[in-house]
Amino acid sequence: MNVLGLFNYWIVVILMMAGFYVVIAQENMIKKLVGLNVFQVAVFVFYISMSKIDGATAPILGDEFEVYANPLPHVLILTAIVVGVATTALGLALIVRIRDAYDTVEDDEIQRIEETEA
Amino acid sequence: MISAHLPILQVVVPLIAAPLGLLFRRTPNLAWLLTLVISWLTLAISVALLAQVLTGGPISYELGSWAPPWGIEYRIDILSAFVLLIVSGVGALVILYARQSVEAEIPGDRIYLFYTMYLLALAGLLGIVTTGDAFNLFVFLEISSLSSYVLIALGAERRALTAAFRYLVLGTIGATFYVIGVGLMYQMTGTLNIADLAARLPDVVQTRTMLVAIGFLTVGIGLKLGLFPVHVWLPNAYTYAPSVVTAFLAATATKVAVYVLLRMYYTVFQGHLFAPLPVDEILFVLGILAMLAMSAVAIFQTNAKRLLAYSSVAQIGYMILGISLVTVTGLTAGVLHLFNHALMKAALFLALGCVFLRIRSAKVDDMAGLGKAMPWTMAAFVLGGFSLIGVPLTVGFISKWYLILAALEKDWWWLAAIILISSLLAVIYIWRVVEVAYFRARPAEAPPVTEAPLFMLVPMWALVLANIYFGIDTDLTVGTAARAAQFLMGVGS
Repeated sequence: MNVLGLFNYWIVVILMMAGFYVVIAQENMIKKLVGLNVFQVAVFVFYISMSKIDGATAPILGDEFEVYANPLPHVLILTAIVVGVATTALGLALIVRIRDAYDTVEDDEIQRIEETEA
Repeated sequence: MISAHLPILQVVVPLIAAPLGLLFRRTPNLAWLLTLVISWLTLAISVALLAQVLTGGPISYELGSWAPPWGIEYRIDILSAFVLLIVSGVGALVILYARQSVEAEIPGDRIYLFYTMYLLALAGLLGIVTTGDAFNLFVFLEISSLSSYVLIALGAERRALTAAFRYLVLGTIGATFYVIGVGLMYQMTGTLNIADLAARLPDVVQTRTMLVAIGFLTVGIGLKLGLFPVHVWLPNAYTYAPSVVTAFLAATATKVAVYVLLRMYYTVFQGHLFAPLPVDEILFVLGILAMLAMSAVAIFQTNAKRLLAYSSVAQIGYMILGISLVTVTGLTAGVLHLFNHALMKAALFLALGCVFLRIRSAKVDDMAGLGKAMPWTMAAFVLGGFSLIGVPLTVGFISKWYLILAALEKDWWWLAAIILISSLLAVIYIWRVVEVAYFRARPAEAPPVTEAPLFMLVPMWALVLANIYFGIDTDLTVGTAARAAQFLMGVGS
C-alpha cells in the first residue's frame, strides 16, 4: 500500500479524529469549540490537497503553462471558512451568555445544575 | 418576465429582507409586518412554482445565466415544489400567529432580532430545497442552521442557551460530515451539480470512495433530521426554544433535512447505493426503533413540549421507514408523511404556544382544567392529536394508511402491526394531556385563564382545518406525493 504517497489523507484523518475526539471528550465548552475548529480544518485540508497536481500552476492562460491545478476546491473552501468563522463566533457568543447564566463553562457541571433544577 | 425568475426570488426575497428587520429595533411591530409580508410572498411564489411544475414539468434556472454544470443551477421538480409549499405555508401561518406570542416570550429589545433570524432561517430552508448544486446546498444548510441556533437561544429559560450550544456542536458536525461526503463525490466525478452527479455516479458507485461518501452523507444528514439515535439535540432544543420557534422548526427544519436525504439517495445515487451498502436496511431498523422507543419515551414526559419533541423523533421514524422500503408506495408514504406531519406538529405546537401565553408553563400538570378555560385552544390540540394518532378523516390517517399499504405490498404483516402499535402509543401520550386538560378541575388558587387572542387562534385553526381538509380531499397531497415518488424511483413521471 502506498502509505507515503497518500500522506495528505493521513494528515486529514489524524486531524479530523483529533478534533472530533476533543469535541466528545472535553467538558470545557471553549475546548469543544476548538476541537470543532480542528475538525473543520481537516476538511479544508482535504479539499485543498485533493486539487493539488505535481508540477502544476495556478490556472493562468499562457504558452509556458500546460498543467493547471483545479481552483474550484479552493473557492469552495473560502466559503466553508466563512461559514466556520460564523459558527465559531456564534458558539463563543453563546458561551459568554452561558457563563453569565451558569457561572461556569464546564458541560458536566452545567449538566449537574440542570439535573438538580429539573 | 418575472415568472421565469421565481426560483431565485423564492430565496432572494427573504434573504434580502432579513437584514432590513434590523432597522426596526424600536418598532418591533413593523419588523413583524415586514416578516409577515415577506413570508406570505414566499408562499405565493411557491404556490406559483408548484402550479408551473405540475403543468410544465421540472424548472431549471441558471443563476447569473451561467450554464450548468459550471454555474449554479436552481432546479425545481415536483418533490421540491411540494416541500417548498409546506415550508413556506407553515412559515407564513406561524408568523401571522407570532406577534403576541413573541411579545410574551422574548424581551422587547430583542424582538427585531427574532424576525431577522426567522427570515434568514426561512431563506436557508427554501434555498436548500430550490438549489440544484450540492455545495450550494451546504451553504443554505448552514444559513438555516446558524439562524435556528440563535432562534433557540432566544428562549426565556437559561437552558435554552445550553440547548442551542449542544445543537450547534452536533449540527456543525452533521454539516461538516455532509461536506466531506460532497468532497468525496467531487473527487470521483469532478462535478457538484446534482443532475450532473446523477449522470456520473452510477459508474463509480462501487468504489470505496463512494462507500465512504455514502456513510458520511447518511450520518451527516441523519444528525440534521433527528434520526434515532443521533436525535439527542432535538428534545432540549424544542423544549426550551420560544413556542413560535418550536412550531416553525418542528414543522420545517427536520422535514427539509428529510428532503435532502431523499435527494441524495434517490436523485444523486438513484437508489444504486442500496446494492453496495445496506443503508436501506439500517434505516429500516432505525426507523422502527424510533417509532417504538421514542413514542414510549414520550409517554413519560412531564413537559408537553418535550413530549411532542420525542413524538417528533418517532414520527420522523415513519418517514425514514417509508423511505427505506425503496418502493413507490413506501416513498409516497414517506413524502406524504413529511407534508402531513408538518401540518399536525405545527398545529400542536401552536396550541401549546397559546397555552404558554396564558399560563406561562408547558408542563402537563399545569394544564388542568384548560379544556373549559381555553376551549378553542384545547379543541385544536385534541384535533391535532387525533391527526398525530391517525384517526380517520385526518391527514395522519392518510399517511399511515399508505405506510401500511407499502408494508402489505411486501407481505410484511408484522410491520403493519408495528405501525399500529406505535400509533397506540401515540394515543397514550396524547390522552395524558387531554385527560389533564378536560377531566381535572383547575386548582382553586390558580389565577383565572382566558382564551388566547384571535390573532393566534386563526392561524392555529387554519392548520387544524388543513389537517382535516387534506384528510378528506387527498387529491393534492397524495397525487403530488405519488408523482414525486414515481419521479424519484424513475418510473413514469
